[in-house]
Amino acid sequence: MTISIKVNETVHKVDVDEDTPLLWVLRDVLGLTGTKFGCGLALCGACTVHVDGVPRRSCITPVGSVGNGAVTTIEAVSAMPEGKALQQAWVDLDVVQCGYCQGGQIMSAAALLKSTPKPTNDDIDAAMSGNVCRCGTYQRIRAAIHRAAG
Amino acid sequence: MVDHAVRRPLSRRTFLKTGAATSGALVLGVYLPDRKAAAAPAGASSFTPNAFVRIDAQGRVTLVMPMVEMGQGIYTAQAMLLAEELEVGLDQVEVEHAPPNDALYANSILHIQTTGASASVRAFWLPLRQAGAVARSLLVSAAAAKWNVDPATCSARQGAVHHGPTSRRLEYGALVTAAAALRVPSADSVPLKNPKDFRLIGTSARRLDSSEKVNGRTTFGIDVRVPGMKFAAVAISPVLGGKPRSIDRRAALAVRGVRQVVQTEEAVAVIADHTGAAKKGLQAAAIQWDDGANAGASSEQIVRQLEIASRQPGVVARSEGDAQKALAAAATRLDAVYQLPFLAHAAMEPMNCTVHVQRDRCELWVGTQAPTLTQMTVAAALGLPQKAVEVHNHYLGGGFGRRLETDGSVLAAKIAKQVEGPVKVIWSREEDIQHDLYRPYYYDRISAGLDAKGMPVAWTHRVAGSSVYARYAPPLFQNGLDIDAVECAAQTPYDLPAVHVDYVRVEPAGIQTAFWRGVGPVKNVFIVESFVDELAHAAKQDPVAYRRALLAKNPRALAVLNLATEKAGWSSSLPAGQGRGVSLQHAFGSYLAQVAEVEVTGDGTVRVKRIVCAVDCGVIINPDIVAAQMEGGAIFGLTAAMYGQINLENGRVKQGNFNTYRPIRMNEAPVVETHLVKSTEAPGGIGEAGTAIVAPAVTNAIFAATGKRIRTLPITNTALRSTQS
Repeated sequence: MTISIKVNETVHKVDVDEDTPLLWVLRDVLGLTGTKFGCGLALCGACTVHVDGVPRRSCITPVGSVGNGAVTTIEAVSAMPEGKALQQAWVDLDVVQCGYCQGGQIMSAAALLKSTPKPTNDDIDAAMSGNVCRCGTYQRIRAAIHRAAG
Repeated sequence: MVDHAVRRPLSRRTFLKTGAATSGALVLGVYLPDRKAAAAPAGASSFTPNAFVRIDAQGRVTLVMPMVEMGQGIYTAQAMLLAEELEVGLDQVEVEHAPPNDALYANSILHIQTTGASASVRAFWLPLRQAGAVARSLLVSAAAAKWNVDPATCSARQGAVHHGPTSRRLEYGALVTAAAALRVPSADSVPLKNPKDFRLIGTSARRLDSSEKVNGRTTFGIDVRVPGMKFAAVAISPVLGGKPRSIDRRAALAVRGVRQVVQTEEAVAVIADHTGAAKKGLQAAAIQWDDGANAGASSEQIVRQLEIASRQPGVVARSEGDAQKALAAAATRLDAVYQLPFLAHAAMEPMNCTVHVQRDRCELWVGTQAPTLTQMTVAAALGLPQKAVEVHNHYLGGGFGRRLETDGSVLAAKIAKQVEGPVKVIWSREEDIQHDLYRPYYYDRISAGLDAKGMPVAWTHRVAGSSVYARYAPPLFQNGLDIDAVECAAQTPYDLPAVHVDYVRVEPAGIQTAFWRGVGPVKNVFIVESFVDELAHAAKQDPVAYRRALLAKNPRALAVLNLATEKAGWSSSLPAGQGRGVSLQHAFGSYLAQVAEVEVTGDGTVRVKRIVCAVDCGVIINPDIVAAQMEGGAIFGLTAAMYGQINLENGRVKQGNFNTYRPIRMNEAPVVETHLVKSTEAPGGIGEAGTAIVAPAVTNAIFAATGKRIRTLPITNTALRSTQS
């Protein structure tokens, strides 16, 4: 059956089973490869997107469960003031190393700043500990979130 | 010594990228005097050419990156070396992945176009500056000729040549045709800048890859989109050497979007319109396996085998003085066994490769540390000439040594050979962790004799474990000695009077071994630095003072030790349950010292609070990237020290995902401070140094906090409950 899905303000019709993880619809069907596959079990956060502004692990989110929800991916997060500020802070502090997890990190951080504009270190730990970075950029991620929060 | 301009035919990719502008392109190659003639292709002279700089008529400067970017910042560092001498700003350059070509891009330390061993800056520090300088000198000559002035009266900066006396200026783009017609001077005839005139090297220039990595536009291997491609999910035999016994093809093919089920000797792949369908199809295939000869392999058996083998003398790595005699005569003798587990790499980007096999050729898209090895092994697997395999390299979502291996590309090629059109093969995280090639398990015996004052008079160290070199680079495995397995064991920073270090090779059944970030030093520094701490304790001396007394002949090591301990406030007191530990390392051409501060709570939970690093890596290309590698390297090493272990049971790897192969997360990450020593020594490697040094700093701190000595990693295997003093 064909499923309608709204991603980055555009409605797409995709011909996949309802239980197909949103991640593969974004990456393979729609070609939005900024959202990454890391674990497939919501253990690493590399696949984080927003559905109606709420962070979701797209690797375990069936596309059929999204319904009319508006999906935002890293490719469009700069439309959010928090997203734009975070991307700038990330560049200013050269947070990235390999960069593979960083889209997911920024999506989690953008959701954090939207709900908690001035997060404490504990807030950051709570919001960001689901996002794994094997390069170990945590210290700079923390600093960049504080910087973006102003 | 003959030097030539090398006109390289432009690759198809280059042609597509630059289009019509290529006719005016200046492609510079440089013969470098330090290269081995043996590596040169037939027909070339006795020097190896390189091609790193391309400038087109529009003035676009493209720098070709011989070593790959996997997070370590090497694209920025390589571009800085080239741009420094080429006299262009980093904002004026584009970087390009080098195609596979050992003749042009081999690393002079590794003798192959492979990124590893923290050898990139060490190998390319001179050649890339020379390549930039040669290019710049030709552009200056071309401008001087146009103006009919002495080249010595011209200067280059920011991508243009200036003639001061007449205030004339020509951009590089306007000079490419004239410069391309000139004879290329020999690399060593063009003077390099005096380091005091560096305007880029030594600065914390921003990374070139940041902006695209924060908006999702960077193309990693896994992100490649090839028209008409299919997607494959793969299951490999859970036991090494096993084979698929039964596959429910009908059930797999019944899944919507599944196109094909493909079998190789060791694996099953389901090909579909998207990865979601491919994974669902793979599950439906309900594969049964014939486990084969390794069905009974276990970690327990492997450790027992190592324990027995380590009792016999090995191949001597270093022997000075009569260590056995000195040991027998010593006032005090200490003996210890240290063990380190198998480790998976678990890069964030799971193994993947996209391949299009046609009758007489193969095109392959991947992120690899070893592009030429990929080309060779895929060609061999497909029965094609090497030239018929085109490898498009990409940014790597982490490497850590995993992407030195080409097994993933070879398997993908075997699958793609059975598929019409291109196919992207992605491993699940479980496949990635359970079908890695692992850091070897090591079982080391170490002993020391102390004199009446507690100072060492004898030191023996027997390393027992798998040889990665024997498999990966047999020519480097000579006389039974694995030089990686004994690196930082055979040579320590300390002045020891009688030393005997040997190596016993033990190849475990049912598991393959490989290089892992930090390589030999990551295990030997743990053992040596832990044991030196044991000696200091036996001598009732402060661990730092004890080390200092052994460093009289090693001023650079002493300097970093002093710097780290001073910055960490070594002698200040800490509350009960907390401790400080120190470690010291000379590896990859760099000197590091580290102080870790830990807290061990009553229930035995270890919290690493702070890590202070002092680094002397010679000339520093980019201080902020060095700091970033210290921060990230510490986390990578800490993950392994705290939690890392791969265990084999019934031939199968027990760990499978980030829940059972646990990484350090944000809430556990210590603050890492880096202090750099200014130096004019040749640059040392830094990508692995911070990983190798961290474990002993932490376990020594745990000892200081609890009195418990950790001799087997990971730390979580030792019960620390209710041990605080």
